[in-house]
Amino acid sequence: MENEVIIKVEHVSMKFNLATEKFDSFKEYVIRSIKKQISYNEFWALKDVSFEVKKGDSLGLIGLNGSGKSTMLKTIAGVLKPTKGSVTVYGTVAPLIELGAGFDFDLTARENIYLNGAILGYSREMMREYYEDIVDFSELREFMDVPVKNFSSGMVSRLAFAIATIGTPDILIVDEVLSVGDFRFQEKCHARIRRMMEHGTTILFVSHSIDQVKSICNKIIWLERGSMKRFGDAEPICKEYSES
Amino acid sequence: MSVYIQNFMKFRPLLNELVSRDVKIKYRRSVLGVLWTLLNPLMMMIILSVVFSNLFKFDIENFPLYLLSGQIIFNFYNDATSNAMSAVIGNAALIKKVYVPKYLFVISRVFSSFINLLASFTALMLVMIATRAELHWTVLLSVIPLALLVALSLGIGLALAALTVKFRDIMHLYSVFVTALMYLTPVIYPMSILPGWLYKIVMLNPLTNILTMFRSVMFNNTVFGMGDLILAVIETAVFLAAGLYIFYKNQDEFILNI
Repeated sequence: MENEVIIKVEHVSMKFNLATEKFDSFKEYVIRSIKKQISYNEFWALKDVSFEVKKGDSLGLIGLNGSGKSTMLKTIAGVLKPTKGSVTVYGTVAPLIELGAGFDFDLTARENIYLNGAILGYSREMMREYYEDIVDFSELREFMDVPVKNFSSGMVSRLAFAIATIGTPDILIVDEVLSVGDFRFQEKCHARIRRMMEHGTTILFVSHSIDQVKSICNKIIWLERGSMKRFGDAEPICKEYSES
Repeated sequence: MSVYIQNFMKFRPLLNELVSRDVKIKYRRSVLGVLWTLLNPLMMMIILSVVFSNLFKFDIENFPLYLLSGQIIFNFYNDATSNAMSAVIGNAALIKKVYVPKYLFVISRVFSSFINLLASFTALMLVMIATRAELHWTVLLSVIPLALLVALSLGIGLALAALTVKFRDIMHLYSVFVTALMYLTPVIYPMSILPGWLYKIVMLNPLTNILTMFRSVMFNNTVFGMGDLILAVIETAVFLAAGLYIFYKNQDEFILNI
């Protein structure tokens, strides 16, 4: 069971068309198509990336800004469809990509818990079960009936983290979110991620902090300008990365 | 196919949440709250009835009811499609970050409008009772034209939502189109005043057929003909299929354009 492949990424390439001049209107589009003026700068955010993640692994993605880390995570989460190649995921994915994306800021925290849970694909009954857990973990009990627009950014991310990490999803995607919240809450998040790992959740982790990556991940992908530079065990790659 | 159904079942709670969010946000901080869904159309209807029973006199029995039924049907169409049009753009932040079946946003907007339609329908019944119009058993059959109307609006809404992502012009153009469409639907006037050529154009509008069916079961105690029903079903099916197709073909590119 331990060696079951849970994410399979095969020759994934992702192309973005950076239109030199963005056209939003129909008229422009027609005129330019007639004049054959539409020119795109093709930009390959990912170039032929292949790897496999096994169940229970925790994979870190490292690389400089713009190296394609977030694009990679988005293709795994199913948000982006790769231009070439395929991504196969066997299991449920809980995305933690930019906390609070699923919030409606006019609704209260309580209503947002149910809304956000539904976005992650959980039913209302299930959210009711986890409700207490979420409130406890986020430490926001006295603010549950306050609209989220009045929350501080730390409060928003605490709530979002608490919601995204309920249950035991097969895969948890964490994209530079542990930099939010105060020190004590960060510790708590780390502890929770560890506990999920013990329960067999596969973690995909993106961070610029090499220390954080080292402490959580056992496998690492190093991306450079969209290509995979290294893939393998954490220790040697971390060392090489810190030295480069 | 079963994959799609499974996926839909997984995200069905989201549909409930989205619809209830729309309703909640609309009436947040108002004293009467959700009661407004009923009060608003009722008050509009009272005003329209008073104005039009004195102002215009077409040769129609109970003109206020004629007008109100037209308004209900057309307002729903307008509301549902206009809201659906901005469904994808409006939820850009979410679509960019989390995977959710994108058609859910369109469906949720149409459903929210449907809730308003139900409220207006109730208001219409109240007006009918207040004006002592006869209620017939055929009223029950109004479910059929209403269901067709919802499916038709959904189809058009899906197409609009997908196309608007690419061409924002549609948003501005569509409000003009809807105004034109309103005059091509017999909302205010009876079909009998139309000259021959215009009559044909108005008949081409799928809303005309649905509206006529609705009126005949609501007020005239007559069941619509089988031919009308089949025509309406075909028209609705075509629009729905086209909408689904356009949406499905474009949905993977939404994220690149929003």
